[in-house]
Amino acid sequence: MGRYLPLIFKNSWRNRRRTMLTVLSIGASLCLLGVLFAIYRAFYFQEASPEQARRLVTRNRISLAVPMPIFYRERIKQIPGVQEVMAYQWFQGVYKDSRDPKNFFARFATEPEKLFVVRGEIQVPEEQKRAFIAERTACAIGRPLAEKHNLKLGDRITLTGDIFPVTLELTVRAIWDAPDNDEVLYFHWKYLEEGLPAGRQGEIGTFSILAESPGVVNQIADKVDAMFRNATVQTRTETEQAFGLSFLAFLGNVKAFLLSICAAVTFTILLVSANTMAMSVRERIREVGIMKTLGFTPGSILGIILGEAVAISLLGGALGCLLAAGLCAVIRNGPVAFPQVRNLSLEPPVVLLALAVAALVGLISSAIPALGAARTSILDATRDMG
Amino acid sequence: MALPFAYNWRNLVVRRTTTAMTALGIALTVAVLLAVVALVEGLHRAFEATGNPLHVLVMRKGSESELSSNFTREMYQDLKFKPGIARAASGDPKASLEMVTVVSLARIDSPEGMNVTLRGLSPTGVEMREGLTLLRGRWFETGRREVVVGASIAERFPDAEIGKKIHLGQSDWDVVGVMEAGRGVANSEIFADLNQLSADYNRVEVLSSCLIEATDEVAVQALINDLNNDRRLNVNARTEREYYETQKASGAPIQYIGTLVAVIMAIGSSFAAMNTMYAAVARRAREIGTLRVLGFSRGSILLSFLIESLLLSALGGLVGCLLILSLNGMTTGIGNFVTFSEIAFNFHLGPKGIGSGILFSLIMGAVGGLAPALMAARKEILTALRET
Repeated sequence: MGRYLPLIFKNSWRNRRRTMLTVLSIGASLCLLGVLFAIYRAFYFQEASPEQARRLVTRNRISLAVPMPIFYRERIKQIPGVQEVMAYQWFQGVYKDSRDPKNFFARFATEPEKLFVVRGEIQVPEEQKRAFIAERTACAIGRPLAEKHNLKLGDRITLTGDIFPVTLELTVRAIWDAPDNDEVLYFHWKYLEEGLPAGRQGEIGTFSILAESPGVVNQIADKVDAMFRNATVQTRTETEQAFGLSFLAFLGNVKAFLLSICAAVTFTILLVSANTMAMSVRERIREVGIMKTLGFTPGSILGIILGEAVAISLLGGALGCLLAAGLCAVIRNGPVAFPQVRNLSLEPPVVLLALAVAALVGLISSAIPALGAARTSILDATRDMG
Repeated sequence: MALPFAYNWRNLVVRRTTTAMTALGIALTVAVLLAVVALVEGLHRAFEATGNPLHVLVMRKGSESELSSNFTREMYQDLKFKPGIARAASGDPKASLEMVTVVSLARIDSPEGMNVTLRGLSPTGVEMREGLTLLRGRWFETGRREVVVGASIAERFPDAEIGKKIHLGQSDWDVVGVMEAGRGVANSEIFADLNQLSADYNRVEVLSSCLIEATDEVAVQALINDLNNDRRLNVNARTEREYYETQKASGAPIQYIGTLVAVIMAIGSSFAAMNTMYAAVARRAREIGTLRVLGFSRGSILLSFLIESLLLSALGGLVGCLLILSLNGMTTGIGNFVTFSEIAFNFHLGPKGIGSGILFSLIMGAVGGLAPALMAARKEILTALRET
């Protein structure tokens, strides 16, 4: 097979325009496929980071929008294997003008002294950490958020509540870095609570539980839910990763959506490639006849044609992967609704999969014309007028 | 002089395998675009169908959704005697104090449960919703733990069936009826008696919102201004239409991703169409020479090949439309981040959607066909005739 390689390359370069167009066409489709694979992987196959693997989220069984009593925190803390329990509350609220999507970022009321324990991956200078914990109206923001809104230490942020009937005057006291790069603001839950009417105090939306080791996470989830099974307010506890995915499921059937697009794209490449190969084989029937008289076996002719198709589609695949890597960067830096894609990149397994799809498409699409050419008798082939 | 249209058509038929494959590639691209169009269109229709132009929705100032709004009974007492509110036959003002929350219901394909909007309201509130009809069973009775479920809830959730019980708040509630609201969002909601529900949820005093009906269209604006300027009430009033209009944004992520995918696929398909057309030009070199000898101008050759490419892509566009038309009317659900619950709606591909699909395919055909057509038109007669 190896000795036919130069012939295969020569052949595929013979009709340059056609090869280029096919490569471009396959490249565009495979770029799409690569990005979709990368997104799929980021959503469903991402390994949890060591910190994340130890964390669980507890919320009200009915819905995330319905709160739980804050005293659950102490009871959860007593479960063996639980290192720390942090209460946190999605505040939402309005920052400046709510119509500008730039002004929408996550704001959580939380317990600052526990924040840096439970989210161990957060890096912040020691004096900023202390300043944030000490001041009741302080807030801590992620670096990307600070850069986006040009916020510095000491700046003031006013948040008008919508879910909660309060207006918060916050001062930036800490700017932190974290690997997942999120645009989040944390402030003191106590500050929020004291502004609320009596009827809404003592309630919290979510608990973040830090387990002692990743191994006990599932046991803890079962134990927490069992503990409150017969209480007025029941809970649902799941790993932080599963919790993140539940938001995705909320959007609709994302899995089916991604997979059906992938199928449509793959089928389109198959058509494009099949079309090209059918055209190029048809032109060359006479040549095949001559090759046969020179002693090429049907097997080698089959191999040469299949090889040509695979070479072209692999070239398209390589181009597609390059484009996909670029598109991933665009998605990464664009406005992102889901934290899972914030570090989207084209990892080696995805590249391999995309190239494998390309090679397979090349093989399948050329199988029929190649078989036809290999089977034609010398007489028929040399008589063919192209 | 232009070449006859039949010439292009026959050429496509002669090369039927190539034509079919190229057209099918374009068809799939159009189908991806139209699937998204049909989804978003269906969602928009559901929101547009909800909302009576005379209805005004009142929520606490700063709230963007009924779910996050608070509305007290005291506010309601102040509000219901405002001028401009229509009166029911009984003489009561058409003002409905409502409580909105979400419940998680288990479904076969998501045993973990999907969020559904639960609305507590009075008989006045039910009466005010004119498009609402009872499909089966009866309405809930005041003071009893009974619910009426929307038609698409009844379809999608096995537990939401007349005679069965649903667990809400602290107790089990009987499903007594199924309601239908045309395409409106009430199809994805559960209705129950306000007083009973608020008691069960321990929020007798603090409810969610108030829906009022103005006497006429002029009164709507006056009522809204009056309410928004009332410092003591501190509320935000807007027409019901406007409220649901803002929720259309729930379709935005899918629309954004789908369009991006379709455009990238279109680039690929344009290259494929270009390939096919170049092959057509190459095969017919002698024919082009002959046509030129016969007196057809370069312009008519250009036009002819362009038309052939457009014909090819329109064929694909049509097939794509047919593929997606088969989805029409199919029900699907999407998460609504305003109400934090799932809304069910039907795919809808209207004439506008079909038009945009065909246009999209024609653009692909034009982009793919222009360069080959130019090449064909530029051929010199002698060299063209000599080509094999």
